[in-house]
Amino acid sequence: MSSGEPRLRMLFSALLALVLTVLPLPSYLDIARPPFLVLVVLYWSMAAPRAGGVGLGWFSGLILDVFQGPVLGEHALALAAAAYIFCREHQKIRSKPEFQQSLIVLAALAFYEGFLFFMDAYSGHPLTSPFRWIHILTGAILWTPVAIILGYRERRS
Amino acid sequence: VAFGTPGSRSQARGPSPGFRFSLYAILSFVVMFLDQRHGWMEQARFALQAAAYPIQLAVSSPTNAWGWMQESFETRDALRAENERLKKQDRLLAIRSMRYEALARENGELRGLRDALPPVAEKWLAAEIVNIEINSLRQRVLINRGTTQGVFKAQALLDDKGVIGQITHVGPWSAEAILITDPEHAIPVEIERTGLRTIAVGAGDAQSLALPYLPGNADVKAGDLLLTSGLGGVFPAGYPVARITEVHRDAVQPLAQVRATPFADVDTDREVVLVWFRADHPAAPTSLTTGDLKTGNPKLQPQPAPPPRPKPANPDGSAQAPTTLTTPAGTDSRNSTTPSGTVNVPAAAPSKTGTPGAAATPDSKEPAPGENTRAAAPKKPSPDATPRNP
Repeated sequence: MSSGEPRLRMLFSALLALVLTVLPLPSYLDIARPPFLVLVVLYWSMAAPRAGGVGLGWFSGLILDVFQGPVLGEHALALAAAAYIFCREHQKIRSKPEFQQSLIVLAALAFYEGFLFFMDAYSGHPLTSPFRWIHILTGAILWTPVAIILGYRERRS
Repeated sequence: VAFGTPGSRSQARGPSPGFRFSLYAILSFVVMFLDQRHGWMEQARFALQAAAYPIQLAVSSPTNAWGWMQESFETRDALRAENERLKKQDRLLAIRSMRYEALARENGELRGLRDALPPVAEKWLAAEIVNIEINSLRQRVLINRGTTQGVFKAQALLDDKGVIGQITHVGPWSAEAILITDPEHAIPVEIERTGLRTIAVGAGDAQSLALPYLPGNADVKAGDLLLTSGLGGVFPAGYPVARITEVHRDAVQPLAQVRATPFADVDTDREVVLVWFRADHPAAPTSLTTGDLKTGNPKLQPQPAPPPRPKPANPDGSAQAPTTLTTPAGTDSRNSTTPSGTVNVPAAAPSKTGTPGAAATPDSKEPAPGENTRAAAPKKPSPDATPRNP
């Protein structure tokens, strides 16, 4: 596998995840919408920490900020931090079975959302609705399918 | 089975993730600080919003295409029914606005202005809400107009029923708007029945506003109409906002719990209207940036203190009561703030009677009260100084 190929797939999957993130949905589905872009960034941080990692996380977060953040740089920092943790521990996480990976992802998403919650409050845009925590769960549940789809070609080859 | 690439890549390329993360973290903090404290990131946001707009359009295109298809396959009967309904509505509106010109002129004359004021809205521009989720828990929308059409930050956004929101970020072809139902949005309102001014904040869902700053004994009841008060520098006075649905008074709470439902179809609107207002109109939003509030009108000088009332010489003041009532200082406290206003009350009286000649006579003192009212209105918005335009 050439080194340029995962980068291309990374960008493509990130773009697709972004589209899924901003796709209009009915409000009851929207509350439970999984954080697709965060999952994709976490997957690539684990699978190819050199190609993507912190940089991919930061730029993805910046785009999320433009789309939905009250302050520019908030999602960027949170996502870069989550990506950094996954980059550092990628070998440990990779060796775990799916269920434990999902639990790790749950913790990472909780950290990500908690950081956003803190930054929202600190920057004066508090959002205390309990609904903001729901998508952590749906994201953790969706981790296995996302990882299977993204890793599909590598596992076959 | 573990996911991920089998076999690790060469680890000695580029700086370590920790170092890179530190760099990005510092960068994030700088960006956040500049965006939050100084607003220096407006340019960057502008560029990023321009870059993001194609993606947003592409994402919203399937739903738009579906809507377009539904519209084009609409049956002839449905179209005819809609046409009928619109014609009826048009007739109703025409009848309602038939006397508008005459009423506006009459209103101007009653206020001592020489001509009726032009409507406060100078320019309208319809905008479409781009069908996209900005943030489900914050009530924000994206519209398809930007700076190329002259949209600016903090511009008022209406729909055909009332106020719906204001612009928060502008891109070249798109703009982000915050709706009045967003928990971070507050709109200065006035209760139409009593003239009581307060602030309505968004309750977080699309259906309701909260009025958290009304004392428990405030004169407010369900069914009251909320209009914009013209304070705050964004919305002009007199536009409908919401109707109060629920007033809950608790004996142990100092404040009443009041809920209102916005007139605008906040959750179902597809089209909104951007409005430009005449800055010199009395009903225009008070501008906070020009410093008008600090400088004021030089013509409006404080009145010298009224002469002290003659004190009753004897304690049994039953005979003194009529004389204290007829002292000129106590006649009209509002008009006494403008020196020319009190002088001109008799001079303007003939025009109020309705004789056309009297209104057209070039009276040298005639413009003075008009100018004073015009200048005084944005600063001292007493209920009769701010005309309400329909």
